Amino acid sequence: MKVALRLLGALALLAGSACGSGSDVRPLTVVGWGGSSQDAHRNAYWNSFTTSSGIPLREDSWRGGVGVIRTKVIGGDASWDIVQVETEDLILGCEEGLFQRLDWAALGGRDAFIPSAVHDCGVGAMLWSYVIGYDGDRIKGAGPQSWADFWDVKRFPGKRGMRKTPKYSLEFALMADGVPAGQVYSTLRTPAGVDRAFRKLDEIKPHVIWWSSISQVPDLLGSREVVMSVTSPGRLIVANRTEGRNFKLDWHGNIYAVDYWVILANSPRPAEAAQLLRYMTRPENQARLARYIPTGLTSVEANRIVDPKLKQNTPSDPANMTDALELDADFWVEYGDQLTQRFNAWVAR
Amino acid sequence: MPGSRAKSADPRRRWWPFALVAPLLIFLLASFILPVVLMLSRALTDRELQTVWPDSAAALRHWHGNGLPPDVLAQRVAREMVAARRNGTLNRVANRLNYDMVGSRTLLYGTADKLLAGAPGNSVAALARIDPRWGRPAIWAAMRHADGPLTSHYLLAALDRRLDKDDRIVGVAPEQAVFTAIYLRTFKISALVALFCIILGYPVAYLLASLPERRANPLLILVLLPFWTSALVRTAAWAVLLQTDGVINSLLQAIGLLDAPVQLIYNRLGVYIAMTHVLLPFFILPLYGVMKGISPVAMRAASSLGASPLRAFLRIYLPQTLPGVAAGAIIVFTLALGYYVTPALVGGGADQMISASIAFYTNQSLNWGMAAALSLLLLAPLLLMLLAGRTLARAVPA
Amino acid sequence: MSSHRSRPERIGRVLLILFCALVFAFLVLPILAVIPLSFNPGSFLVFPHDAVSLRWYRVLAGSPQWTHAFGNSLKIAAATTLIATPLGTLAAIGLAAMRSRAKVPIVAIITAPLAVPVVVVAIAFYFLFAPLGLVNGPAGLIVAHSALALPFVVIVVHAALSGIDFELLRAAASLGARPATVLARVLAPLIAPGIAAGAVFAFMTSFDEATVALFIAGPEQRTLPIQMFEGVREQVSPAIAAAATLLVIASTLLLGAAELLRRRGERLRVGSTAARSGE
Repeated sequence: MKVALRLLGALALLAGSACGSGSDVRPLTVVGWGGSSQDAHRNAYWNSFTTSSGIPLREDSWRGGVGVIRTKVIGGDASWDIVQVETEDLILGCEEGLFQRLDWAALGGRDAFIPSAVHDCGVGAMLWSYVIGYDGDRIKGAGPQSWADFWDVKRFPGKRGMRKTPKYSLEFALMADGVPAGQVYSTLRTPAGVDRAFRKLDEIKPHVIWWSSISQVPDLLGSREVVMSVTSPGRLIVANRTEGRNFKLDWHGNIYAVDYWVILANSPRPAEAAQLLRYMTRPENQARLARYIPTGLTSVEANRIVDPKLKQNTPSDPANMTDALELDADFWVEYGDQLTQRFNAWVAR
Repeated sequence: MPGSRAKSADPRRRWWPFALVAPLLIFLLASFILPVVLMLSRALTDRELQTVWPDSAAALRHWHGNGLPPDVLAQRVAREMVAARRNGTLNRVANRLNYDMVGSRTLLYGTADKLLAGAPGNSVAALARIDPRWGRPAIWAAMRHADGPLTSHYLLAALDRRLDKDDRIVGVAPEQAVFTAIYLRTFKISALVALFCIILGYPVAYLLASLPERRANPLLILVLLPFWTSALVRTAAWAVLLQTDGVINSLLQAIGLLDAPVQLIYNRLGVYIAMTHVLLPFFILPLYGVMKGISPVAMRAASSLGASPLRAFLRIYLPQTLPGVAAGAIIVFTLALGYYVTPALVGGGADQMISASIAFYTNQSLNWGMAAALSLLLLAPLLLMLLAGRTLARAVPA
Repeated sequence: MSSHRSRPERIGRVLLILFCALVFAFLVLPILAVIPLSFNPGSFLVFPHDAVSLRWYRVLAGSPQWTHAFGNSLKIAAATTLIATPLGTLAAIGLAAMRSRAKVPIVAIITAPLAVPVVVVAIAFYFLFAPLGLVNGPAGLIVAHSALALPFVVIVVHAALSGIDFELLRAAASLGARPATVLARVLAPLIAPGIAAGAVFAFMTSFDEATVALFIAGPEQRTLPIQMFEGVREQVSPAIAAAATLLVIASTLLLGAAELLRRRGERLRVGSTAARSGE
């Protein structure tokens, strides 16, 4: 019994020390989208931030969705500080008070950034697109040049990779069905337009492998699970560089948007988070990011000083943007829940 | 009293076994039973409106009518909507109402902002001037369904049903209905995996039981090795092997069975292969235990009386192994129902089981009531299965 | 014996053995197949042809994420073992000595963590721990894994106890020994191998557990199974095969040890095989 008591005492100690090492001692935590984009952020910002400031960083990755943030903030889980979010998640979360309001004066003023990168709760992290990516070693000659080609499984047999969200999938479906980029959202605002998009998606559904994290795309293409995929350009360009791949992009009908850095409302380290935010938005640091991954930059000054060659394969190159579509975040704020519900039910069927 | 005298005769004998079990029971009650019960209770309770809009929730409970509410109620809702918008708690109500009526979130935020800007909200008509949806019964019914403390919303939603504005149970719109299909799929996959385990596992258990121990033991290791290896490692192994460019496709092409690679992963076939592999040892081991206990005397007697081996097997041996088959199949079925990792890694979008939906409502969406309701519905048939299994096991020896 | 068999019986036997050989291959080959894949010098998942390389093991060892995850798994599994083994052992002794009707419901409670689907267990812990802030520290995961490991410890130790004559212990008690002395001096040495086997089971339960960990572990508590899960999901590279190989070896060694311990304990009595949970 004495042994047992001693053991129980040790357990109590252990449990105590385990609880003690909870949220208050965890390092500043920054959350990106994984894969090569996260690698780029680590190399361009995070490593040097820790070296220069002495503040240790911890990383996590996620796949987006304001529900995840709600779960963290309202559910009481304070494990994240700074998160890279998409536009409609920024708008929703800001409205709901899930993010802290930014001190724009400390960031160099609103005018120091391209207009779409400025929001009360978030500052633009990257400007990027979703395009068609394919393996040039497997599709030789003329590759897909439109979303109609992406849908054309006779001309380009094989599976397609698509993001498992209604956002992007519905827009691409309408473009594949012949809707011009400029009319995509006005069509989607009508019930008939939504039905039309789902009908078009029905056509390609048997050929789709859904991915939930963008960092899966290079692997899906590389392992030949899919012949082409919706992708962000940077990921594939990085794979071409580091793994000697021959991935190719088609920019026709791409959808572009800005990702933002936000600080969660329940962050236990708001001062350090703000410090990291300032570091990541400085022009000279942003210009460094472009070396690690092709991406559009949000700082006006960074866009001026960056090597023009690094603008290739980014939305900052006008040649890529002739028939591009800007993501309509207001549409997704309004219809996101409804369409996500319908889309999830549709995928699961 | 004789009982108390017996107790005092040997008190230690009575209390010490309980004292030894007590720490574990307390630990499990606090760390397991309590969390599960608390979690399941979320399926039936509704606290958001009560907490954030206490006055409105009370008024909603008093108002029993259908259709449009009295203006007093509208006034309270407007007042508490503005207050909640100010102190940042409106999202809890907005998200809750959104589960019932999609679009409620934008309705509430839009209305609250207009009210803050000075628009009057002292009657249903005034609110309807801000947004016509306030002039229709649907949003008021949604609020009434959420007024707490108990709700049927989550359980109904988990069955693709909902209460309409007149409190009748109706089906959700066909393009939104999904859970009944996923439940059926979950049960179908689990049942088929159990069936595959019976087909593959029964002969193996039979062979192992019929061999002398020194020859059975090395073979038993072939069952125990996968049993010992983490389910995740085995799933990972299958994810590696089943790739379109993977080992199995290359092998089948090399020996000429295939001309082109076939899709083995991210579809139902991958799920069946990996889950059967992961769960097969759970079927073989209990059945082997049962078969070891069957005396060969009866079989020998049957043979010596002239029964053919097949007949002796079917009439004498097989019935005696049925409790083991039932036990193994129930274990496999039960474990399969709750599987998350394996289908998530080797299945496609249309192969996900109910666990994926539970994970979605837990991690991706803050709808914990829905996750709890889906869990409750997953547990209910399990309890029935286990009861049936116990009855079966008891019935067979008798 | 085979000489007594008739011809159709012998054919049946051959078919049975062939069928079983295929099933054994199905059971074991996929696990063994990842081993050669892990020694691949290139980044493709094919069997190495001309050269073998430890490249992917070096990748694992050089990656802070993998080494951190390994350390986490070890720590959490060790803490789980420390909690589950004494609690489970005491309870198993209590159960073995219990002659009360209360035994049935008590056994039901103890084995409940095995009967509840693992995803339900996972979210139950998540809902409880998230508001308490326990999803950030290791404490939540340790408590959860202990609850999952306890049934195994009880089953294994109980099996080791089933040959013990409790009348003998009562005799010791009637000679004036206190129960604690009886437990520590008489009983504990007899069932020590069983306790050790129970500890190994507890360790493995935690070390292998993925589903609960996926739900409640924060980024700091990333365990090896979580790392594997993310790896398979994001990039199926030979590094996954290397990690899987290490885990296969680890579990084989550990559970081989448990089996030896169980056999040693079996001199007292034949133990029954414990069931392990799925994920």
